[in-house]
Amino acid sequence: MSDDLIPSGAAPAPVLDIRGLQVATQSSPAKPILKGIDFAIAPGETLCLVGESGSGKSVTSLAVMGLLPKGSLKAVGGRIELEGDSLLEASPTRLRDLRASRMAMIFQEPMTALNPLMRVGEQIEEVLVMHQRGLSARQRRDRVLDMLDQVQLPDIERVHASWPHQLSGGQRQRIMIAMALVLEPKLLIADEPTTALDVTTQKQILKLIKQLQERHGTSVLFITHDMGVVADIADRVCVMRHGEVVETQPIDALLRRPTTDYTRQLLTAVPSLRPRASREVADREIVLEAIELEKRYGQASRWARLAGKASAQTLAASDINFALTRGRTLGIVGESGSGKSTVARCVMRMIEPTGGGVRVMGKDIASLGRAALKPHRKRIQMIFQDPFRSLNPRLTIGTSLIEGPVNYGTPREQALARAAELLELVGLPKDALARYPHQFSGGQRQRIAIARALAMEPDVLVADEAVSALDVSVQAQVLGLLDDIQRRLGVAVLFITHDLRVAAQICDEVMVMQKGVVVEYGPASRVLGAPEHAYTRSLMLAAPGRHWDFAGFRPLKSVFEETSPVTATAR
Amino acid sequence: MFSYCLRRTLAAVPVMVVVALFVFLLLRLSPGDPAAIIAGDMATPEQLDRIRETLGLNQPIYLQFFNWGGELLRGDFGTSLMSNLPVTQLMVQRLEPTVSLALLSIVLSVVVAVPMGVIAAWKHGSLIDNVVMSVSVLGFSVPVFVIGYILIKIFAIDLGWLPVQGFKRVSEEGFGPFIRHAILPALMLSTIYIALIARMTRASMLDVLGEDFVRTAHAKGASEKRVLFKHALRNAGVPILEVIGTGFALMITGVVVTESVFNIPGLGRLTVDAILARDYPVIQGLILVTSGVYVLINLAIDLSYALLDPRIRYQ
Repeated sequence: MSDDLIPSGAAPAPVLDIRGLQVATQSSPAKPILKGIDFAIAPGETLCLVGESGSGKSVTSLAVMGLLPKGSLKAVGGRIELEGDSLLEASPTRLRDLRASRMAMIFQEPMTALNPLMRVGEQIEEVLVMHQRGLSARQRRDRVLDMLDQVQLPDIERVHASWPHQLSGGQRQRIMIAMALVLEPKLLIADEPTTALDVTTQKQILKLIKQLQERHGTSVLFITHDMGVVADIADRVCVMRHGEVVETQPIDALLRRPTTDYTRQLLTAVPSLRPRASREVADREIVLEAIELEKRYGQASRWARLAGKASAQTLAASDINFALTRGRTLGIVGESGSGKSTVARCVMRMIEPTGGGVRVMGKDIASLGRAALKPHRKRIQMIFQDPFRSLNPRLTIGTSLIEGPVNYGTPREQALARAAELLELVGLPKDALARYPHQFSGGQRQRIAIARALAMEPDVLVADEAVSALDVSVQAQVLGLLDDIQRRLGVAVLFITHDLRVAAQICDEVMVMQKGVVVEYGPASRVLGAPEHAYTRSLMLAAPGRHWDFAGFRPLKSVFEETSPVTATAR
Repeated sequence: MFSYCLRRTLAAVPVMVVVALFVFLLLRLSPGDPAAIIAGDMATPEQLDRIRETLGLNQPIYLQFFNWGGELLRGDFGTSLMSNLPVTQLMVQRLEPTVSLALLSIVLSVVVAVPMGVIAAWKHGSLIDNVVMSVSVLGFSVPVFVIGYILIKIFAIDLGWLPVQGFKRVSEEGFGPFIRHAILPALMLSTIYIALIARMTRASMLDVLGEDFVRTAHAKGASEKRVLFKHALRNAGVPILEVIGTGFALMITGVVVTESVFNIPGLGRLTVDAILARDYPVIQGLILVTSGVYVLINLAIDLSYALLDPRIRYQ
C-alpha cells in the first residue's frame, strides 16, 4: 500500500481524510467488516472506491455519512475527518448539520431513493428548509428551480411539481443529484449511482456529475464495481477487498501497472468490448425460430371506450424474426424498455404473444393450449437474473433439481443420480444436493440455476441477464461454464443482456433491439465490431471504459471509434 | 382523480342492490308463510290478512321487490310489529348514541395506537417495543365485557369519578356530560382496536423504515422526528388506514355488547331487542343500515388511499 495518501505536490488539506477506520458487527463475537482502512481525497478530486461485493466499499461510505445501520454495524476504531471535523466523535446533531451541507450522498437505486408521496420539488426544498432557515419560500423555490436547471432537466416547472413515479430512472437520479448538491457540499459520495441505469443514461449522468463537480469544486468519492466507469471518471483509485484497501494509485498507473495480484485479476476479468470471432457452424439444425413475433399490450378499457378515448396500446415487441441453430449463442441486446425480455418471455410462453410464431424444434408453440404445450416446455429452459431469488429457499438443491424431470415422469432415483452428475458438470460438490440455497454464494447459486435448467435436457437455454448480478470475476467463471456446457452438450443459448462487453464475449450472433423493434441483427463480430445502425453505435459509444484494454493493461485505439469526433468522458 | 372517485362511488351501488335483494329474500325464502313468520305464534287470522295486504304478498315476487325497493329509496323501511312505529323513526332515534360512541372509540384508538406503534418501530427491539407488544397481546386476549366491568369497578364504583351506566346525547346535553358517560364504554370498545392498530402501525413502519428513501432522508440531515412522521408514517399509512377502516366497520357490530354493559339506548340494543321479539321489519332495516355503513366506510377508505398516495390517483 502506498504511504502517499494525498497526491504528490497537492498543497491543500484533504477534504476527507480516513485513517485506520475499523467497522465491526455488533453481534457477539464482533466480526470485523473494515479492518483499518486509510485514504484521503483532495479538493476537487474524484476518488473511486472499487471492489467486489463484500469488500466493504459501501460500508465505508455509510460510515462517513454516519448512516451505519443502527444496532448491527459500528465504527470501532480510527478517524474520519471532514475538513478537520472528526465525524466519529461528532454529536448526532452536529452530524445532521453536516449532512447535505458539507457532505452529501447519492445512491444506487433511483427508483426507490425518493419518497413516493412527496413531489420532487418539495423533496429538494426540504434540504433548504432544514439547513437554511433564513430563506423565504420564494427564495427556496428559486434555488430549487435553479438546481433543476443545473442538472439539465427539461421543463423544470413541470418537473418541480411531479411525483417521483412520473419520472424515469435517469430523471430521478438527476433529482437526487440536485438534492445532494443544492447546498454545495464539499464532498459528494456516490454509491454505484449509475449501476441501475442504461448505458446511454449512465454516460449522461457521469458527464453531469463531472460538470457539476468542476463548477462547484466538489470532491467526489465514487463507489463502483465497474472498471469501465472507473477508467472514465477516476483521478485516483482505491481497490478494496475483504474490508481492506489493497492498492491506491492514480488511475493511469493502476490500469497500466497494477502492483497487486488482486487488482491484476480484477482487470483481467473485465470482458473485452472487442467481439470474439464467431465459432464454426457445426450443425445447421434450427432449434428455435421466431417468425414475425409480436406482443402488444393494453387493450382499451371499457371506461376509456365509453369516454370515447383512443385505445392506448403499446407494442412491446413487433416483427421479431430470428433463427437459432444448435450449439450457438444468440444475444439480444438493448436498454430497458427495448423489448428484449418481452421476446424472451414470449419465446418461453410465459406470456402470450399477440401475433407471429415461435418454433421450437420445428413445432410452432405460439398458440398451443396448456396441455399441448407441456411436452414442448422441457425443450426450452430459462436461467434468471437474480440467483438469490430464483431458487426456492425452503427446498434443498436436490429437490429443486429433480422437480422438473419428476414432473415429466422420470423416476425419482434416476433424477437424483442425474442431478448429482449435473452438479459435477457445473463444478459443485455432490453433497450440495442435500443443502439449501442460503448456504451458497451468488455465483454458486447461478451454477445451480444452470444445473436446474439442464436437468430438463433442453435444446435451448434462455438466459435473461444471467450474469448481471454477479461480480466480474464470478461473471467470468459463469460465462466460461456456459461456454463449456454448450460445447459438451450442444445446447443453444438465447442470451438476453444489456451489457455489451458480455455480449461481445459470448455471442455468435447479436440482435440489437430498441423500443420493441430489431434495429440490427447479424454476426457478433460485425454488429459489435462495425455497427451500422446509429443506435448500436450510440450504445457502443456509451460503453464505459471503451478506450481501455483492461486485460492487456493498455489503452485501446483500434476498437470501433465514433465517426464524428465526440469528446470522451475519459481524461 | 375525479373519475377515480366516480368509479369507486358507482361501484358501491350494485353492492347495495345485492344486499337489499338478500334482505328481501331473507323473509320470502324462509320456509312457511312470511306473514305468519312476521306476525308470530299468537296472531289471529285477521292480523295475518292485514300483514299480507300491507306486504303485497299476493303480487308476483319481482313486483314485490321493486315496490319494496321503491319504498326503501323514499326512506320507508316499514313499520315495527312491536311498537307500531315506523322503522325509520326507531333507527334514527338510536343512531346518534351508537355513531357518537363508535366515533369517539375510533378517535381514541387512533390517537393512542398510532404513536405507540411508531415509537415501538423506532425503538425496535427495546424495552418500550416489548412493553407495547405485550400490552397489545393483552388487549387482544381479554374479553371486551371483562374489560368493561373492570373499568366500571375501578372508575365508577371504587373511585366514583364516572357514572356506572346510562347515556347523554351530545346533541341535547352538550359535550361534557356526553364524555362523562361515553368515555368508559369508548375505552372498553377501543381496547382491541388499540391493540390491532398499534401492531399494524409497528409492522408497517418497520417495513418503511428499511426503505431507501428513509436512508435518503437521513442523508439529507433530517431529524429523527421528521424522518418518522413526515417521511415514514405517511408511507406506512395505507395498511394502517385499512385496519382503521375495517375496525370502524366491525365496531358498529361490536357495539352490541358495550351498549348492553353500559345500558346505552343505541342501535346495538335495538338489534338485540328486535331479534328477541322477531320484529322482522326492524331486523331488515338494521341489516340494510349496517351494510350501508360498511359500504360507505369502505368507499371512504378507498377514496382516502387516493388522497394519500398519488400513484393510486393516476391509475
